Amino acid sequence: MIELGKHTKSRRDILDKVERISEVDVFACYQCGRCSGDCPSINLMDIMPNQAIRLLQLGEVELVLSSKTIWICASCFTCTSRCPKGIDIARVLEALRQVCLRKNIDELDLNKIPDEERERYPTIAWVSALRKLSG
Amino acid sequence: MKKIAYYPGCTLKTTGKAFEQSAFAVTGALGIQMREIERWNCCGTVFSLATDDTMHHIATVRNMIRVEEMGEREVLTLCSMCYNTLKRANEFIASDPVRLSELNDFMYKEELKYSGKVKVRHLLELLRDDVGWDALKAKVTNPLEGVKVASYYGCALVRPAGAGVDSLEDPTVMEDLVSSLGAEPVNWPSRLECCGSYHTIGHKELIFERTERIVGQALNAGADAIVLSCPLCEFNIGARQHEVAEHVYAFKQIPVLYFTQLMGLAMGIEPGDLGITDERVLAWLSEKVET
Repeated sequence: MIELGKHTKSRRDILDKVERISEVDVFACYQCGRCSGDCPSINLMDIMPNQAIRLLQLGEVELVLSSKTIWICASCFTCTSRCPKGIDIARVLEALRQVCLRKNIDELDLNKIPDEERERYPTIAWVSALRKLSG
Repeated sequence: MKKIAYYPGCTLKTTGKAFEQSAFAVTGALGIQMREIERWNCCGTVFSLATDDTMHHIATVRNMIRVEEMGEREVLTLCSMCYNTLKRANEFIASDPVRLSELNDFMYKEELKYSGKVKVRHLLELLRDDVGWDALKAKVTNPLEGVKVASYYGCALVRPAGAGVDSLEDPTVMEDLVSSLGAEPVNWPSRLECCGSYHTIGHKELIFERTERIVGQALNAGADAIVLSCPLCEFNIGARQHEVAEHVYAFKQIPVLYFTQLMGLAMGIEPGDLGITDERVLAWLSEKVET
């Protein structure tokens, strides 16, 4: 049972870490939704970027950390470029990924990629995927 | 002849060879000599967004030392992702003397320390600012009249603010290039949208959805071809089109070219010398473009 809006010490610690890694103040967000409206990958996300920021404000860090959203974001910087409050949302999502990756929890499982597909992917895709999705 | 240090990056030596080949062909014709950096290393492909993650900028420092070893103060990139990563990391490092000094400490095997003074440039900038559209027009022997071209910027060439080759929301450099070649640039809505990038490895479905939209929008705008500047975009919205066609009913394909390949065609260079080998693209060329 999740108690909405409860800022326990462990939640506050994770949020501090996110703000320290990203140097972004998530409390600046006033929920206009521009980031989600312009996100090209929103269809594959389970929570929208503006919802992720709202949940962080409410202290619901576990919900955000376990979402697909943080891994689907490919840092195209559309949201960052257009946020009227100047919030660098791409950096917040990177910090959330880093919180997971620094516990050695990888998102990309190379064993699940079929051999015949491995050979044809460009180097640039491998390097960027491994940089973004593994620790 | 103008000389410039050139950083290829990993993919221009593998799946994106055609980009490098066509770039050498057109810059040579324009009197620019691209001198490849010796012992360059991968740029890392993505700029590290974690503020405390200085280590991931080290690849850029080593590459910049290679540029300075050549006695150069500028380095040319072709790949959009290399451009974005090297430019941002370089500015991040050079903007703080303490950070520069910290990273130089790891360069203990290098004879030179990095000064922080190298400028990272993209070929599109060089064409616009150094060569100029008029000089380019003078080299066009085969104007691409009646060919409608959709310029695709994607992410890394324009975003975020300060990192791009042109305006954040309304870039024109590729359209200006297309016009200079005698072709007609089309106005279309997907030119700044992300192609899905590295998700091509774990989330094909995302790429197919993006490609369906991007290609569809280009065709809706009446384009005959898409031009771009990134070997990962080329793989996703170009090479993977036939896979999208297997998944999406009535999906129509469109030729995807590097901007240097389109330049070469207008400058009278043979398709084979521009790395154009795809039979469908060659068939399109024989129909649409007289070479």
